[in-house]
Amino acid sequence: MKTRKWVNYLWIAELSYLFLGLFNILFAWLGMVFFSIPLLVAIFGGSKAYCNRYCGRGQLLRLLGEKLKLSRNVPPPKFLRSTWFRYGFLTFFMAMFGLMLFSTYQVFTGAPLSQTVTLLWVFKLPWQWADISFVAPWVGQFAFGFFSVMLTSTVLGIVTMGLFRPQSWCVYCPMGTMTQGVCKLKNGKKARIHGRESQADCKLAEDTGQ
Amino acid sequence: MTASLRIAHVGKECVACGCCARVCPRAAIQIAWGISACVDPELCVGCRKCAQVCPAAVIDIVEREAVL
Repeated sequence: MKTRKWVNYLWIAELSYLFLGLFNILFAWLGMVFFSIPLLVAIFGGSKAYCNRYCGRGQLLRLLGEKLKLSRNVPPPKFLRSTWFRYGFLTFFMAMFGLMLFSTYQVFTGAPLSQTVTLLWVFKLPWQWADISFVAPWVGQFAFGFFSVMLTSTVLGIVTMGLFRPQSWCVYCPMGTMTQGVCKLKNGKKARIHGRESQADCKLAEDTGQ
Repeated sequence: MTASLRIAHVGKECVACGCCARVCPRAAIQIAWGISACVDPELCVGCRKCAQVCPAAVIDIVEREAVL
């Protein structure tokens, strides 16, 4: 019998986040949790425990792809897992994130608020129903920008879930690439010394608490 | 118990997502150092479940002798 654990229901948090964002864009700020926790776990814990166990998006994609059978379940093209593509996408994603922060800064210094959510960095969706009159404009601008990032990555995740394997998004997820990079910087030497970087038995890693 | 003739082999482009470890019926796979999945050859029976779910398609089922 399968045991029911709270960690298996984190997909509800992911789904709730998207719905709350539709209800009030300021809920987009909650997405900072999805950004900061994996990084903190990688930096201080030296592991990808968030990706491996606690990622709500991964669970949601698995639910859609495996349980609801919405995935073609075929291997993705090789370029998707290549280093240049993964780090290239991370760079692009961070550049877009930087632009979002810059537009937030511009609003902070007096530029008018742009009340739109941008999907896939191109398509501007009108979001006029959002009531953000009770917060500073830059707080609202950041929320619009951040929700754009989250919505865009969710859409990409769902598209690649349908086209390839359920969790194909995990292959090029910028957070996953970044946390793996942090782990390589933090643990790469240990892994190389013990020859556990890609193969062989796991006993040593296990013994050292990995 | 006799060891199976085939075993999972994780390629260098592993993204350490943990999908393989989640489905392994013998808990033979774990994500070591947050860098890559690694297979315990004593536990792996080459059942292919990991290879079937790997989103990066970097797991192959190979002859045990070729790896060890």
